[in-house]
Amino acid sequence: MRVIKNGRILEDGWQRIAEPDPGQPLPEGDLIVPLDYWRNNREPLARHNGRIAVCLNGDDSLDDFSDSLEQFELVALEFPKFTDGRSYSHARLLRDRFGYRGEIRAVGEVLRDQLFFMQRCGLDSYQVREDKDAEDALKGLSDFSVKYQTAADGAPPVYKLRQKQRN
Amino acid sequence: MYQYDEYDQQIVDERVAQFRDQTRRYLAGELSEDEYRPLRLMNGLYIQRHAPMLRVSIPYGLLSSTQLRMLAYIADKYDKGYGHFSTRQNIQFNWPRLETVPDILADLASVQMHAIQTSGNCIRNITSDHFAGIAEDELEDPRPYCEIIRQWSTFHPEFSFLPRKFKIAVSGSENDRAAVQIHDIGIYLVRNEEGKTGCKILVGGGLGRTPYLGVCIRDYLEKQHLLSYLEAILRVYNQLGRRDNMHKARIKILVNAIGPEKFTDMVETEWRRIRDTALLLDQVEIDRVKGFFTEPEFDKNAADDATFAKRLVLQKDFKLWVQRNVKAHKAPGYRAVYLSLKHPGVAPGDATGAQMNFIATLADKYGYSEIRVTHDQNLILPHVRQGDLYSLWNALRKEQLATPNIGLLTDMICCPGLDFCNLANAGSIDIAGQINQRFNELDYLHDIGDFQVKMSGCMNACGHHHVGHIGILGVDKKGKEFYQLTLGGSAGNAARLGDRLGPAVAKEEVAETIDRILQVYLEQREGEEQFLETYLRVGLDPFKDRVYAPESEDSTRMKAVAGY
Repeated sequence: MRVIKNGRILEDGWQRIAEPDPGQPLPEGDLIVPLDYWRNNREPLARHNGRIAVCLNGDDSLDDFSDSLEQFELVALEFPKFTDGRSYSHARLLRDRFGYRGEIRAVGEVLRDQLFFMQRCGLDSYQVREDKDAEDALKGLSDFSVKYQTAADGAPPVYKLRQKQRN
Repeated sequence: MYQYDEYDQQIVDERVAQFRDQTRRYLAGELSEDEYRPLRLMNGLYIQRHAPMLRVSIPYGLLSSTQLRMLAYIADKYDKGYGHFSTRQNIQFNWPRLETVPDILADLASVQMHAIQTSGNCIRNITSDHFAGIAEDELEDPRPYCEIIRQWSTFHPEFSFLPRKFKIAVSGSENDRAAVQIHDIGIYLVRNEEGKTGCKILVGGGLGRTPYLGVCIRDYLEKQHLLSYLEAILRVYNQLGRRDNMHKARIKILVNAIGPEKFTDMVETEWRRIRDTALLLDQVEIDRVKGFFTEPEFDKNAADDATFAKRLVLQKDFKLWVQRNVKAHKAPGYRAVYLSLKHPGVAPGDATGAQMNFIATLADKYGYSEIRVTHDQNLILPHVRQGDLYSLWNALRKEQLATPNIGLLTDMICCPGLDFCNLANAGSIDIAGQINQRFNELDYLHDIGDFQVKMSGCMNACGHHHVGHIGILGVDKKGKEFYQLTLGGSAGNAARLGDRLGPAVAKEEVAETIDRILQVYLEQREGEEQFLETYLRVGLDPFKDRVYAPESEDSTRMKAVAGY
């Protein structure tokens, strides 16, 4: 899929299967499947000839899932609508609470004007909606150079900068 | 007052650039209507009945004369020469052109102002006591905490797409003048047994379709934990607040659905996990912000002035104005002066560009260049020497800013209503006009005393009707404007939601209905009792009986009223 990662646009081998059809075999290669699907199909997925990642939506609880985190090198978070902000909290919990160091990818309704917030919450790759210009979206990462609050990106909040200035 | 440093300035400047580009992309067709909507809303820009409406943030209601002059300039240059002060201490411009909004934001940024998060499903302007820093009943000035919360909430990456709007108010006084209990989070600064000041935290207040008063979820929180506690509340809400139905999406619905106890447990559990992280406020930062909210250098001899007392004796009009519009100040010889934006014939809360410039000049001359916006839609010059009151009064009278009606029936809270707002079912401004026309005898109004009329043009309750002594709600009945009345609401310490009087009344009957309610009050009151006290003692029935009296001689009056 086409994603923004490490500040540039690239194609990688991950495929997202948003709604796996139980009757059909999965395609070859590296797949992102819904968390529920992974839960219910752990055995067949263990035999899959590619990497498996899971996609969480806002209804999924991280508490039930955190023990399994380490086996995934990528976790996708779904943004079903621009205005549905639950996955921002998920991203922060993955980073801050559960110490997840793998890749966290935004999928779904992902548009330029969310990327700054997503990056701050710990997401680090972004599948921008197909019909949008990814070059344009890339600009969204640098809308603001100053941050008031501490978040998952490790950027120093303004009050720390002020303290430094004083010392 | 708070002054931006290079960081604060950079953030608002970058916001202007960002919004300019968002608007350019929209106008160029790169962003659809649906994609642009949440972006403009987070910047206070609504598309209204006639034109866009831009809401500009006035953090905790505090303005400098320079900032007020800029608001006047914007009103004159980009709008039709006036602005509307809202119940959240903001100002709204009703007629800007969309294309000019980025320029307006750039002008605002030049005086350390912005429209960030004045709308949309994010943390809105932090509101507070309009007498902060000068009130005699204040434990501690709430404004430094408002400013700390303002900075924390500005472009908060996790909480910019909440289920619904989110309002926070902070009060530091014994008497609540900030309607704290009707906010999503209400904060009272309180003193514990050891005499230390901390925060009492209320959650889940709000008006709208389903009004609730906030419930206390923590009696005392050390101030250093303020941000982590807020973050814990917001995180629980962001994850669990309903997103399937916008009418059930406010935090009050969540708190009441799972119960305040369980909600508190969830917040406390989350808080324990984050309380000792980088969210911990250090005293150095608190003190830095506190350092901006110092008193001006007061004239130590202000109380020696003898002219004020003489004028009070000599001039009845002046005395009347002082009694209603001038309030105590903790510094000897100083007063806080209300500038009434409720002059008869003017939409409540509206001020013209000329008035704003005029007020800015008076603030420079008499009031250390400072102005406050109140949640009941008036302005205040907070520090005026008693010896200057008479000159100030004479000046204010010229610009229709000295109507001696603060706290009286004609000092109504009123939303823009059907005249401007897309959501409204019914007009508000012409009801205000009707009330002003009917109750134009000052002696009568003063006899009635403290009396809050609060009016909203629809269920969204921007005019806080649930907490008015009389609340008036505009409803639509088969295309006709009707008004539902409630009695006995209050937004103060003993906050209370009003009780529904009975069936809605026709537009022409609103003033008549209020008149009947007042008759009952005047008949029933004992001694010095104010309306609310009488109401709480005698209950709804006597009022109901009078208003909905069957055919009698009253009904001819009712018809006569309906005829004008």
